[in-house]
Amino acid sequence: MTTRPVPDLTCKELVELVTDYLEGRLSADDRTRFELHLTYCDWCRTYVEQMRQVLAAAGELTEASVAPEARDALLAAFRGWKRGGGGGEP
Amino acid sequence: MESPTAPEPPPDVAAADERELQALRAGDESAFLALVNRHHRAMLRVAALYVKSGASAEEVVQEAWLGVLKGLHLFEGRSSLKSWIFRILVNCAKSRGVRDARAVPMSALEDEDGPSVPAERFREGDDRWAGHWTEAPEPWPDARIESGEMAALVREALETLPAGQRTVMTLRDVDGWESPEVCELLGISEGNQRVLLHRARSKVRGYVEKRLAREERR
Repeated sequence: MTTRPVPDLTCKELVELVTDYLEGRLSADDRTRFELHLTYCDWCRTYVEQMRQVLAAAGELTEASVAPEARDALLAAFRGWKRGGGGGEP
Repeated sequence: MESPTAPEPPPDVAAADERELQALRAGDESAFLALVNRHHRAMLRVAALYVKSGASAEEVVQEAWLGVLKGLHLFEGRSSLKSWIFRILVNCAKSRGVRDARAVPMSALEDEDGPSVPAERFREGDDRWAGHWTEAPEPWPDARIESGEMAALVREALETLPAGQRTVMTLRDVDGWESPEVCELLGISEGNQRVLLHRARSKVRGYVEKRLAREERR
């Protein structure tokens, strides 16, 4: 057995570092270990790819539109504000 | 209202804000409605961290918009318009939260334990494969990813998250907020924000995986 200067990441460790990796918050060493692991581990590559797919899907979500009652109330407030000359409620 | 710690808006944001402000101050209703449409849902979600009921959150957001209108002529652009609006919101929500006798959202923003992937998915023991997958994560079929079904599953998954995690992930990954904006809004550290985001994303991935696997077997 030779001693390795930097131990390999396990899959179990990698899944806890995915967000730090995607956010660019890993140290240079950890980033290297992370990327090295991905070169030989198909399963973790799948995992990271799925994380990216989740983020892409989240980015496609649009929020439900504003409820009509709330919108009407706000529009009425805006009109009131306008009549007040921009200085708040009359 | 504009705290000295607020990050200065980048020039492109500042320029867009300035155009928007001019339209708002001139009484342009469509500009106001566009602003409401852009932020209202996220405001409701943030308000819900501080107050008890959905009805209270609605009232807080309405109150915040009135505060925005009142302050519109005072806004000086030292922060972005968005972060100014949300700061007003959080102030309204906090005072309402105190009146509702609800503790401030620290509980919602606390970390909770638990691994990102269930421990039984990994090998135990001290052989060379310890900590590696016992069973591979199955790649998701392209057809299902591209169908828009993924987005629907992610939406469902977000609803199952604790409020703090849901808020952070929705602001970051749905609304496209930057990490410093989220930290400033919620008054949490960057590290805490990242932990919440990580827990949220990991759970959402797990939820999607479970749902897709269950349906593939049918």
